[in-house]
Amino acid sequence: MPIPEIGYGATVTALVLALYGSFAAAVGAWTGRPGLGRSSERAAIGVWVLITCGMLLMVYAFLTFDFSVRYVANNTNRGTPFYYRITALWGALEGSIILWAWMLSLYTLIVVVQYRRRHSVFYPWVVAVLLGVLAFFLLVMTIPAPPFQRLAPVPPDGRGLNPLLEDSGMITHPLALYLGFTGFTVPFAFAIAALVTGRIGDEWITITRRWTIVAWYFLSLGLLIGGWWSYHVLGWGGYWAWDPVENAAFMPWLTGTALLHSVMVQERRRMLKLWNLGLIILTFGLTLFGTFLTRSGIIGSVHAFTQGAVGQFFLGFLAVVLLGSFSLLAWRLEQLRAQGELDSVLSRESAFLLNNLFLVAAAFTVFFGTVFPLLSEALRGVKVSVGAPFFNLVNIPIFLGLLLLMGVGPLIAWRRASAENLKRNFVKPVLAGIVAAALLRLGGVGNVLVLTCMGLVVFVTGTMVLDFWRAARARRRSGDGWRAATVGLLMRQNRRYGGFIVHLGVLVIALGVAGSQAWSVQTEATLERGQAVELAGYKVRFDTLRASEESNHFKVTGTFTVSNGQEALTRLYPAKKFYPQEQTPIAYVDYRLGVLEDLYLVLGDFGRDGSYATVKVQVNRMVSWLWLGGLVLTLGTLVAILPDRRRVG
Amino acid sequence: MRRAALVLLSCLALGWPLAALGAAPVDEDQVRDIAAQLRCVVCQSLSVADSPSETANQMRGIIRERLAAGDTPEQVKAYFVDKYGLWILLAPPRQGFNWLVWVVPFAGLGLGLVVVAFVIRRWTRRSQMARRLAPSAEPGIDEATRQRINRELAELDT
Amino acid sequence: MSARPRWFRWAIPLAAVPVLLLLAYGFRTNPRDIPSPLIGRPAAPFALETFDGPRIALEELRGRVVVVNFWASWCYPACYEEAPALERGWQTYKDRGLVMVGINVQDKDEPARRFLAQFGHTFPNARDPAGRVSVDFGVYGVPETFFIDRAGRVRYKHVGAVTDAVLKRHVDTLLAERG
Repeated sequence: MPIPEIGYGATVTALVLALYGSFAAAVGAWTGRPGLGRSSERAAIGVWVLITCGMLLMVYAFLTFDFSVRYVANNTNRGTPFYYRITALWGALEGSIILWAWMLSLYTLIVVVQYRRRHSVFYPWVVAVLLGVLAFFLLVMTIPAPPFQRLAPVPPDGRGLNPLLEDSGMITHPLALYLGFTGFTVPFAFAIAALVTGRIGDEWITITRRWTIVAWYFLSLGLLIGGWWSYHVLGWGGYWAWDPVENAAFMPWLTGTALLHSVMVQERRRMLKLWNLGLIILTFGLTLFGTFLTRSGIIGSVHAFTQGAVGQFFLGFLAVVLLGSFSLLAWRLEQLRAQGELDSVLSRESAFLLNNLFLVAAAFTVFFGTVFPLLSEALRGVKVSVGAPFFNLVNIPIFLGLLLLMGVGPLIAWRRASAENLKRNFVKPVLAGIVAAALLRLGGVGNVLVLTCMGLVVFVTGTMVLDFWRAARARRRSGDGWRAATVGLLMRQNRRYGGFIVHLGVLVIALGVAGSQAWSVQTEATLERGQAVELAGYKVRFDTLRASEESNHFKVTGTFTVSNGQEALTRLYPAKKFYPQEQTPIAYVDYRLGVLEDLYLVLGDFGRDGSYATVKVQVNRMVSWLWLGGLVLTLGTLVAILPDRRRVG
Repeated sequence: MRRAALVLLSCLALGWPLAALGAAPVDEDQVRDIAAQLRCVVCQSLSVADSPSETANQMRGIIRERLAAGDTPEQVKAYFVDKYGLWILLAPPRQGFNWLVWVVPFAGLGLGLVVVAFVIRRWTRRSQMARRLAPSAEPGIDEATRQRINRELAELDT
Repeated sequence: MSARPRWFRWAIPLAAVPVLLLLAYGFRTNPRDIPSPLIGRPAAPFALETFDGPRIALEELRGRVVVVNFWASWCYPACYEEAPALERGWQTYKDRGLVMVGINVQDKDEPARRFLAQFGHTFPNARDPAGRVSVDFGVYGVPETFFIDRAGRVRYKHVGAVTDAVLKRHVDTLLAERG
């Protein structure tokens, strides 16, 4: 089966269909001809079918070692394990675009199926925008980065997958991340539809509320899994390096979080309409910027998979999207004039405004720091680099401020907060926060940032517990049983309490970040057989070294016995993997995870005869709280997107 | 006895600066601190302190050597900048054009605060004007009702 | 309410333009291409033990053109590609005032000797176990080759495998200069 040709044909057909569908939907809406609209729906379905077939075709090529497809030859070899051959689909640039396009086509299909009979004014424009964006990605798959390229003569074996990608994190991280990125396309499409049709009220927000939350959740998940992958694969014991590509994914997350909050102000008080529209355009633009950064090679990064003219295509599309969307916004500016009214500076609206300010300021900081090297070179010809010290210094105060707002916002009143309101809701939690910080200080914690963070976490938790407790007690008073008062309350007000649980998840993550930065320790030692090194109560003894031949690499594994003084706890097997296609060996970290601390071993140098080995030992504290926080986030999101149980009347 | 003490004291007095001249025990925290400010040339998004690569290991060794030989942290960093260029620093030094990267984010935040304050003021002013124009628009709550409300709110708390 | 002129609104989309231009500029630069600050400056002195035994010191080579090549046995394929070219260059120029020095970095003794034996290098090769000389020369990775003139200044830095053409060009230029 000539897979390259069939696949390429499917891509081109899908591109033509997407372009046609986009135009048909727009023209149909403009001229009021429903026939064109139905035609564009069929085109959307057709596009999804074609892309799915293309994807399955590529997976088939991987599974059958079809090295006539250049992408397959570049990313696997006969030794690559079975499951990695499937996930190699998104292991490099061309394949990642297939994945992106497929997800986008899937979302488009869902929109078509869900909304074809509702929201008839918006619907055709939404389809037009979605198919237009799809057309762009299909264009990338046709011209600058075609995945279906024939390789001739067919090589006997492929190059192999980048060994760093042979990991469970590699399977899930791009999936979650891309679901998040592409997810924001749908609210963006609705926003454009709102601007074009002039219905710039709350409709587009109400319809897309769940889309935005789900996209935000997947983006958060993608970032956390990326951190987990970095932590357990790369061997440095950290989870976030402020690498340009990490920043590129973080920026839309920040503006997306701002959007989640500011839409609540529009829903309640009809304010911030202009801001919300601008924010979703910015968020979508940042998702495009993120993929542009990863693929254009203009800023050096470990992650970047760069190639040829792809970057220019992305920049061109980004320009079209930004200039076009903001022009639409400028066109409708008068109708978006604010009619906001506020009775007092101390109010929930103000809290939300500050929340948005901090989040957007953080996004701007990350953006500025990421492009500053480019700016410096453009204006002065001097290459500088901007890394962790900068991002940490500027962002930490902003995030502490956001923690504070997390406690204040949900409980302060709309329009005007009275003195009684403030006293009722905040005195006890503030005291609790101060007491917690004081106790920690007495317990020996000296770092001011950690103390502030912990105090704020206790404060915010206090406000949430207080609020939930009061509401549950009020329901008990009016006759509900315990279950109805708590679980029932959760379900009835699922948006509010789902948000609380999500905040709780963020708090857990904040604790993990603060704890791991402040309290992790490490050491390095060269040990002979039987010798041990001690760190933080652990004794790590080097036992043996073993060499083994794996399917596509050569592995040297060290055996280390870990004990805590009295009893042996576990055996750990950090290794070094030697892949023929890689210059330097890849470290395989072994670790013992715990709730409060992880023990982490990296194998360094070793003697050929196995007589000695160098090992780096790290005791990383509270890192598991990041992953636990992710679980809490998942629960909170599920609660928040439940269908509304409240019925009027 | 006194002579012995004097001899001992003078030995210590002489020995003190001599000890400083020899291989000074290097503070590992200081090595890590300097390494955390330098970019690893191999794993380029990590600092020399974090990077697991052999090059970073060797660079840490050089930092240790230079500190032991008496260099100040500034001198050690200057040595690396001399060999690799400004790029080797993970954050640009705060001078000249590079001040921008440190100033702009805070300036942006400050500007944002001003804008937010302005917007809030406009919204509160608009509300005040609306109330002034139509003072009798909403019926006031009479005193008895207000007290009852306060009492019931207080009861909820107990 | 506010009397802003109509065209003010277009400031919103136009604000995106400078950013897009800056990103477009990015295509003309290569973030991995970092210029060496050592060009034109005296090379850092070194004195290293060669694999054969005798020491080699840069200071003693003043007055001749020196080519310093950093390599490693695990540096595949680039170091393996350039090795024959280096040996050829050495044979061509060794009687014309050139000194070639190979410096082995981050390597073990046995694989390094095997590499040397495989290519039959006859020019001196030394070890840099702690990486001091690498950092002194601002080396990022291997292979990198430095061309030092008769006065001891670094004149060119070549990143990646050298070819006969590159060697010829730089060495001819430097040999033509009188010290």
